[in-house]
Amino acid sequence: MIPQTFAYKKAHTIDEALALLRAHGDDAKLLAGGHSLIPLMKLRLSTPELLIDIGGIRELTEIREQDGRIELGALVTHRMIEFSTLLKQKCPVLPEAAALIGDPQVRNKGTIGGSLAHADPAADYPAVMLALDAEIEATGPDGSRTIAAREFFQGLFTTALRPDEMLTRVRVPAMPPRSGAAYLKFPNPASRYAVVGVAAFVKLAPDDTCAEVRIGITGAAPAAFRATRAEEQLVGRAIDDRTLTAALEDLVDPDDLLSDLAATAEYRAHLCHVLTRRALRQAAERAHS
Amino acid sequence: MKVRVRKVNPVKALFKTGGGVMRHTIQVTVNGQTHQVEVESRMLLVELIRDVLGLTGTHVGCDTSQCGACTVHVNGEAVKSCTMFAVQADGCEITTIEGLAQDGQLHPLQEGFWQEHGLQCGFCTPGIIMAAADLLKRNPNPSEDEIRHALEGNYCRCTGYHNIVRAIQYAAARMRGEAVVPRGEAAPTGAS
Ligand SMILES: Cc1cc2nc3c(=O)[nH]c(=O)nc-3n(C[C@H](O)[C@H](O)[C@H](O)COP(=O)(O)OP(=O)(O)OC[C@H]3O[C@@H](n4cnc5c(N)ncnc54)[C@H](O)[C@@H]3O)c2cc1C
Ligand code: FES
Ligand code: FES
Repeated sequence: MIPQTFAYKKAHTIDEALALLRAHGDDAKLLAGGHSLIPLMKLRLSTPELLIDIGGIRELTEIREQDGRIELGALVTHRMIEFSTLLKQKCPVLPEAAALIGDPQVRNKGTIGGSLAHADPAADYPAVMLALDAEIEATGPDGSRTIAAREFFQGLFTTALRPDEMLTRVRVPAMPPRSGAAYLKFPNPASRYAVVGVAAFVKLAPDDTCAEVRIGITGAAPAAFRATRAEEQLVGRAIDDRTLTAALEDLVDPDDLLSDLAATAEYRAHLCHVLTRRALRQAAERAHS
Repeated sequence: MKVRVRKVNPVKALFKTGGGVMRHTIQVTVNGQTHQVEVESRMLLVELIRDVLGLTGTHVGCDTSQCGACTVHVNGEAVKSCTMFAVQADGCEITTIEGLAQDGQLHPLQEGFWQEHGLQCGFCTPGIIMAAADLLKRNPNPSEDEIRHALEGNYCRCTGYHNIVRAIQYAAARMRGEAVVPRGEAAPTGAS
């Protein structure tokens, strides 16, 4: 499998990458870890005329704490996230999710920015970004803007990024006291992508009822989404079997879900229920401890 | 480290190139030897390693990022060289299976695969050894479970993985400086 010919340029700074994007428009594509793009190019499902390699932009390879949030550069790899001691302490659900992506070789190359910008419906991070209420920083010719995770994932391989913008940073909260988060995934046995993946965030009030709940679901629909109806029903209640059964009754509608070789929409709906229930329980347990 | 700079112009034989092709001169250090090579943008790292540099120990099983037969180390980390363009490796240090043995001595992983019968046809072996070497750098004493997880990106269609896991355990023990007796040689009477 040989990709169509293309020109290749290395960008060393964000500005260089943006200038190249601007000059070449739709003919150009950014290349980060290449672990979604190169397979597509080999199949000639993607045939860019210019690849702008952003892999060498040093300033986007850092994970650091700032104002109660953890900021990750777009080029931070899944492996760096998996082994980050800062994240393990402050936001452990993210390293846990990273460790479930593909395999070690994929995690050594793939980046969080590439995964989010690509918006594969079966990718893992989107669910976690939604549950954590993460902020995604996009930088374009007019500077940077912040996009809430909830606004970011718009459809199949479609995000709120504009063609002349690049994703530069991601910010997730350090977990506040009495809060917990969990990510559970039913992997496709061959590809390891999520058939369904559910991330849950729970913050408890002093009386152990839920003060805040967020549920992010990936793999099930063309784009990752928040299960807001269920979230609303859980706020103000303690997480127990009866509450969960009632709150998750209308969690998803199979008519909105994907059907493919791996799973029918009905089966995906079932997985959404089972995994959401377990993820909420695990998040609540962590919030208690 | 011996550094020999060698000029190779390989691409002509590989591709019939149309117009608009971009070529790049890159420098890579493979198993300690530095090469300056002209490559087409779309040449894969594994094509550079096998077809240009002639290091055919790195295999291509699937060419679709699944099987791990093409695993090499780029700057010390295991990557699938069928899913990286050669130009992306400009300036990088690459280690292939051929670079593991030192001074004629097999690497403990190679010795482990030999002693524990960790291969049958051997097609997957170079990739598995490179993936395992990455694991052992991070985790010198992995559990069986951790070894199996670390091999998630490597397919073996012959062995059923059991002896592969044993071979990696053997190597891990050797690299920790422990004495190991290969199972096949553990004589019942306790010969040394
Ligand atoms: C065998 C295999 C198994 C996998 N399993 C999983 C899995 O289980 N779960 C999972 O979530 N993923 C999985 N992946 C995908 C992997 O996580 C990719 O690394 C990721 O989807 C893309 O990141 P990348 O850095 O490789 O991006 P690239 O492939 O370089 O780019 C992907 C797309 O995003 C664009 N892009 C890249 N960076 C930016 C940026 N900073 N700003 C704007 N646009 C950008 C590119 O132009 C391109 O269109 C798997 C991949 C493989 C090959
Ligand atoms: S040949 Fe690269 S993963 Fe199979
Ligand atoms: S030994 Fe034949 S594929 Fe592994």
